[in-house]
Amino acid sequence: MSESTTERYELNKQLAQMLKGGVIMDVTNAAQARIAEQAGACAVMALERIPADIRAVGGVARMSDPRLIKEIQDAVSIPVMAKCRIGHFAEADILEALEIDYIDESEVLSPADNIYHIEKKNYKVPFVCGAKDLGEALRRIAEGASMIRTKGEPGTGDVVQAVSHMRLINSQIREVVSKREDELYEAAKHLAVPYELVKYVHENGKLPVVNFAAGGVATPADAALMMKLGAEGVFVGSGIFKSGDPVKRATAIVQAVANFNDSKLLAELSEDLGEAMVGINESEIQLLMSKRGA
Amino acid sequence: MGEKPLTIGVLALQGAFIEHINVLKSLGADVYEIRQKSDLKARHYDGLVLPGGESTTQSNLLKKVGLFDEIQRLIEEGMPVLATCAGAILLSENVVGGERHLATLPVTIKRNAYGRQLGSFITSGSFGTIENVPMNFIRAPYFESVNDPEVKILSKIDDKIVAVQYKNQLAMSFHPEVSEDKRIHKYFLGI
Repeated sequence: MSESTTERYELNKQLAQMLKGGVIMDVTNAAQARIAEQAGACAVMALERIPADIRAVGGVARMSDPRLIKEIQDAVSIPVMAKCRIGHFAEADILEALEIDYIDESEVLSPADNIYHIEKKNYKVPFVCGAKDLGEALRRIAEGASMIRTKGEPGTGDVVQAVSHMRLINSQIREVVSKREDELYEAAKHLAVPYELVKYVHENGKLPVVNFAAGGVATPADAALMMKLGAEGVFVGSGIFKSGDPVKRATAIVQAVANFNDSKLLAELSEDLGEAMVGINESEIQLLMSKRGA
Repeated sequence: MGEKPLTIGVLALQGAFIEHINVLKSLGADVYEIRQKSDLKARHYDGLVLPGGESTTQSNLLKKVGLFDEIQRLIEEGMPVLATCAGAILLSENVVGGERHLATLPVTIKRNAYGRQLGSFITSGSFGTIENVPMNFIRAPYFESVNDPEVKILSKIDDKIVAVQYKNQLAMSFHPEVSEDKRIHKYFLGI
């Protein structure tokens, strides 16, 4: 029985629904992947280098070695995601051949195309993409993304950009909701996105796919902040394995996301976590990854 | 109508719990999220829902927030429970390829039985006497065997058992909460 692309897209959006309320952790080897799973990660992102190290090392950052990805797939039973460069559909083909559970077309890697993103509708495996505003989010969805995350500023340990992006996306959603129906065409023009997606947002008050926070989350409080701002789950990249006690911090962040409104619990979880990743401020960084792709 | 609405608690630690909440509310139930012990103690529940998500994550959190033993006790004492996908894994007494968790349901379940996301699929089938139920399988498990004659098999797809009922426990490997069809939730409210 051949399945329609609509069915496949539904299933891919629904896998993201199953990840909600969870934490997706960057891991660079099988041992870290097992630690992440034990700590309660709902998925892992297989990477050769976490974003903080990509920044430190410099040069061109590419898709990970398939062998590393396979080792991580063998090590855990939770979904495994991996990144390809923006616009690099040959890398995406390879990741699909590896039966990856989710491809992140990511600004964390060096972009392979300065204009075009991957036509994600052509794939059976799902894609997650970064966005800093509603227009970007809906453009990625129009291309076939079945999950969105804020871009934030990865590898910094500074949550400020993720906060700005989440606030902006949500305030733009509220704006679209408040419009008259005959104003939606103009809104679509301004956002540079298809009318149907604007209409969906107008009617439903949310994106048509799940929206996670990503980029700079380093503490249980950061994760809780993003959930309170409307994130449906959290990606933690460098924040865990660049910190003093990864197991403890990972476990604490997972619990913080599940009970983000319980301040007493958050206080307990934040206690004695060892050293957080050092972090760099936006003004100190040479490279703004969130400016990649639009 | 005119009857007191049922009060249902939906485990809301991780996964697709909002979807269950929306369906149950639309069927007239009073629905509450269960994230910690105090939520369970706050009122009397007529039923519980264990949603889809990641079973390792959910089990881990159940223990961390101290809900594990209490939920296990309630189910053993006869509290009706609806468990989908990861929830069904939490209930099963044997888990192939993973740890067992609440272990209140005498079945053997196989995790990720259809493979990775590329193996996910949509089909339809019967659920007991309810016919043509849409079934979304997302990195789904299936039941390898039932280990007690009292376990009723409600659905089979391609010879694989995908929904069972054992007394108060209703477990399935697919996701009725993401389809438009509310008949399984209605059936659950009738247990």
